[in-house]
Parts: sequence; structure tokens; C-alpha cells
Amino acid sequence: MSDLVLILFTGLGLGALYFLAASGLSLVYGLMGVLNFAHGAFMTAGAYAAWLTMRDLPQGWPVAPRLAVAVLVAVLVGAAVGLVVEVVLIRPLYRRHIQQVLVTVGLSLAGVAAAQGIWGSDPRPVEKPVWMAGTTRLLGATVPNDRFVYLLVALVVFRGPLALLHLTRLGLVIRAGVENRTMVEALGIDVRRTFTVVFAIGGAAAGLAGVLYAQYAGAVSPGQGGSLLIYAFIVVVIGGMGSLTGTALAAVAVGLVQQLANYYAASGVGDLSVVLLLALVLLLRPTSLKGAPA
Amino acid sequence: MTPSARAGVTDATSDSETSTDVETGAAGPGPASERPPTTDAEGRGGLRLLAARLAPVVVLAVLAYLPYLPVDVPGVLPGRLNGPGSMQLLATCLVIGGIALSYDVLFGRAGLLSFGHALFVAAGSYLLTISTASWSLPLPAAVGLALGLSTLLALVVGAVALRVGGIAFAMVTLAFAQAASIIVMRDPGGTTGGEEGRTVNRAALPDLLVGVANAPYRYWLALAFLALTWVAVSLLVASRAGHAMAAVRENEQRAAVIGLGTYRVRLLALVAGSFLGALGGVVHALVLGGSSPHLTTSEFTLSLLVMVVLGGAGSRWGAVIGGVLYTYADARLVEVSGAGVLQSLPEVVRQVLSQPLFILGAFFVVVVYFAPSGLTGLGGRIIRKAGVSS
Repeated sequence: MSDLVLILFTGLGLGALYFLAASGLSLVYGLMGVLNFAHGAFMTAGAYAAWLTMRDLPQGWPVAPRLAVAVLVAVLVGAAVGLVVEVVLIRPLYRRHIQQVLVTVGLSLAGVAAAQGIWGSDPRPVEKPVWMAGTTRLLGATVPNDRFVYLLVALVVFRGPLALLHLTRLGLVIRAGVENRTMVEALGIDVRRTFTVVFAIGGAAAGLAGVLYAQYAGAVSPGQGGSLLIYAFIVVVIGGMGSLTGTALAAVAVGLVQQLANYYAASGVGDLSVVLLLALVLLLRPTSLKGAPA
Repeated sequence: MTPSARAGVTDATSDSETSTDVETGAAGPGPASERPPTTDAEGRGGLRLLAARLAPVVVLAVLAYLPYLPVDVPGVLPGRLNGPGSMQLLATCLVIGGIALSYDVLFGRAGLLSFGHALFVAAGSYLLTISTASWSLPLPAAVGLALGLSTLLALVVGAVALRVGGIAFAMVTLAFAQAASIIVMRDPGGTTGGEEGRTVNRAALPDLLVGVANAPYRYWLALAFLALTWVAVSLLVASRAGHAMAAVRENEQRAAVIGLGTYRVRLLALVAGSFLGALGGVVHALVLGGSSPHLTTSEFTLSLLVMVVLGGAGSRWGAVIGGVLYTYADARLVEVSGAGVLQSLPEVVRQVLSQPLFILGAFFVVVVYFAPSGLTGLGGRIIRKAGVSS
């Protein structure tokens, strides 16, 4: 029983991380139809920005405030990278989806290679605040505290964009722009600027996911973002492309399935069962996934 | 337009390269190459036709003769041209060129943005290695087994993944390839060798393919594979199925309306491309003497896409040249970081430039922007411009 509770919480925590990684991807895809392969590189950028910040802040500070500053820096760096990439690379290729994918593929390769060249390919350990490294007794199980942090952050991120989309004027413009771009432009609204904002928000989410995943893994490495990105892709596909609620549900399902299978079957089976889950979803209800113009 | 010129044009388009005929005007992943200027007289069209037909044969002959040339090419190749180091490098380039050509069947011909092609290449490579090393099969049986199982795998994966289209298809194939990568890394029962990879059982190989001195034979094997793939792709593209693929790529709805089973056409493209890819994997294992987990990574699958786009999607020359150049650059660009020119640059810039993938990735982005039809498309345009002005 206590094992099950622990696995459930680990699965939920991991699901929260997958959601954080997938949310930016899903948002950008849903609103702009851009499949962002460079999302992994954005996450890596966030993780390294946080690592550098924590290293360069006065070591006398406790870890927690340094991490807080680092998270802020990671989010800002992610947003800045997203902004620049959208304005310089994505915008000129608007509506040419294949080319956009290709550009982000090249960017992801170059980004990872650049990180590898500057900081080496070995994982660099990151510091963890004392409380997050500790555990809590819950229903007879010792649950690591960081799982709660991931869940909490994921909840905030889940509510944030939904509120943004449905309660603000910007959200209104974004939704309208997705619906009928020409009409919105005819009304005198600059849709391109809102798309840039969306891309920056996606980048910020990626930066956040990157720094939290580095906390989870205990280290930063160049390939980290890429491996997280693949699960994010699976989550986005299972959740129905572009739907935040679907993405959240799928992330939880993927995290739980992976952890349960890893524990009750064998290590490594979890990753495979995630792919199997994807295949099952495709076979049973492919129609929900078809909103994908190539 | 004079009647004679018209005749010359029809001749050139219908007869020579049915493939280029299909390629032209491709708006999707295939490049929209311009039709050659047709104002000239018949003789010029005939010459061009002859050149287009002869070029692959001439290139093949030159490449086949390379192992007899004891030329030094300092800086370009490691050691003498027909030395073992250079031969091995060139053999790897040719194999990867062939694999890129097999990927182009999916991407350039059928418009399938697959991120799972590495899965089938790796399946061919690993199945060959494992069946010789673990199950001690003789080489012909091992090759047959590797090709058969890989093709079956392609059929199953394709049947599932093709239920979605476009970007979703890309993600799903990526997920399948990733699953294979995980299996290989976990090394179940010691069959795949995990991160180390696995070597082919030397006893199962003919003597000609083993040993440093026999590098030219491995080079010829790679060349034979490339030539075979070239011929297979040419035949496929010129066949009814090839035309159906082009139709599905250009406009799926229209293809469906005129009665093509788009699902079956795509599945056929995927299985055919994967079969050639698996063959490439087999040859790759024979040339390198084993399988490495790098073949299963998403990085390899992405690099295949980069090669094809870099060279020019939907064209045989493009895919092959892209594959060869990419592999060559990946292997040799490391030398650049040691070059004297770079020593004056700041530390960070040098560190970044020492990564071949950074240069290739950045170059790739530039090509997507400024030469969407790839290097061959760009080359063709320049040649045609020069032809017009002269």
C-alpha cells in the first residue's frame, strides 16, 4: 500500500513535469499550428540559465532563494529565446508548416550542440533546497517533497493560460486570430504581435519545465530537454493536439502508467508502455487527433 | 514555339526522367524546381536527356575506380585516397547517402514527415548483428531474417501510425523510434549490448569484408548498396505506385476523390522506404562491423531529415548528395576547430564552432530559408541561369 502511494505521487509529480513541458508545446501548436522541435532546446536553455544563476549568486545564500531567483531567470530566458526565435525565424515562414518544423529541427540540433560545446556533454549536478530533498509521511508512505512542488507549479501553469485565454483581451484576440486571422486583421488588430506573445509564453513555460526537470534529475545536461521533449510530444498527441485540458489529463495518465509499469513489471517497461498507450489511443480514437494540418 | 522545339520538349519530359516530371511544381516538401528553359532547339534537349541518363553511370564508374587511385588529398581525407581510413570514411558516407535516399521515398516522394526512419535502419543493423552473433546464423540467412523482420515491423508501425496524418504522424513515428531506442539501451538479455553496441560475428562474414586491408571491398559493398537503392527508387518513382505517391503528396483530397486508396499508397511508400532503409542498416553493420545505439537515437532520425532537405527533397541526387555531404562534414568538421583561423576567436565561439552539429544545424536553417529546394535545386538554378545568359 505504502509503495503504491509513493508510486502514485511519483507518477503524478512526473506527470506534472510532462505537463509543464507539453503545455508550451500544446499552446503554440494549438494557436499557431507550429510544431516546435526547438522546445527541447528552450528547456535546455532554461535549465542552464538556472544552473548558471545558482552558481553565480553569492554562495552564502540558502539554496531556496537562489533557486527562486534561478527559476525567475529561467522563465525570462525561455521567454526571451522564444521571442527572438519567433520574430527572426518563425514569422517569415508563416503558414509554411513543414518549413517551420524544419527550422526548429535545425535549431534544436544546433542548440544542443552549442550547449555541449560550451559546458561539455557531462551532466552537471544542481543544488536542491533542503526541504525539497526531504520527505513527508503520507498515508504510510515516505513521499519526496519535490513531487508536491511540481504538482503545485503544474496546477498554476494549467490555470494561468486558461485564464489568459478566456478572461483577458489578449486571450480574446488570440482565440479570434486562430479562428479567422484575416477578419481580425481587417478589424485593425495586429495578430502577428499576439502570436509573438504566445510563442514567448511557450518559451517561458519551457524554461520553467527545464529548470524543474533539472531539479528532478538532480543535474543539467545538454540532451535533457530533448529526452523530455519526446514525452511531451506523446502527451500532446494523446491529449488531442492543442487542448490544454486534454494535455493535462494525458500528462497525468502517462506519468502514472510509466511509474506503475516500471515498478510492477520491470524497469524500462514503463517507457514502452507509454508508447503502447499512444498506439492504443491512435487505434481506438484517431479522430480526436486529426486536427493537424501538415 | 516551333513544332520541332515542342517535340523536343515532350520527348524530354515524357521519356527521360519521369521522376523529375513528377517532381516539378511540387509545393509541399518536394521542391518546386523550375522547368528548364525550353526555347532551345531539339539538339540541346537531346543532349540534356543524354547527360541526365549518363550522369549516374559515369559517377558510379568514377566512384568504383577510386580504390585504384593512390592519390594524396591532404586536409580533405585522412591519408591517401585509397588508404583504409579514407575508404572506410567514404564507405560510411555512401551507406548513409543510400539511407538518406531511402528516407526520401517517404519524405520527398510521398510527403510523409516521418521521424521514425531510424527505427527501421536500426532494426536492419541490429537484427543482422544479433542473428550472426547470438544465434550464429550464416550470413545469407541473417540478411534475410533482418530484412524480413524489419519489413514486417514497418508494416505494423506504419499501419498504426498512418491512422493520423501530418504533424501527428511525425510525433507518433518519433515515439515508436524512441521506444526502440529505449529497448536497445536497456540491453534485454544482453542481446543489444546497450550503450556499447554489438559487433558482428566475424566468423559469419566472408574474408573479403573483414580486416583493415579489405576496406576497399567494404567500400564497393557500400557503393553497390547505393546503386541498388538508386535503381529501386528510380523504378518505384516511375511506376504507377510512384505516380500515386506523388498525387497523394500534392493533394490528398483530390487523390482520394479520383479513387486512390491514400492510406494504402502511403503504407506502400513507408514499407518500401523502410525496406531500403533496413537494407542500408544491414550494409551499415557489415561496413562498420557492428551496430551502435547511435542508429536508434532521435538525433539520427533528425539528421536523415536534415540530409534530405539539405540536398534537395524529392530528388535522387539531392538525397544522396545531402547524405554524403552531411556524413562527411560530421566526421571532418572536427578538424576545423583545430584550424589556425579560429585560434584568434573568443573561447566561447571556438567551443561552439568545434561542434559539427552546431555548424550543420545552423547551415541547415540557412538552407531552409534561402534554398528551399536544397543544394541540388540551388545548383540546378545556377546552372540554368548561366545557360540562359551564355
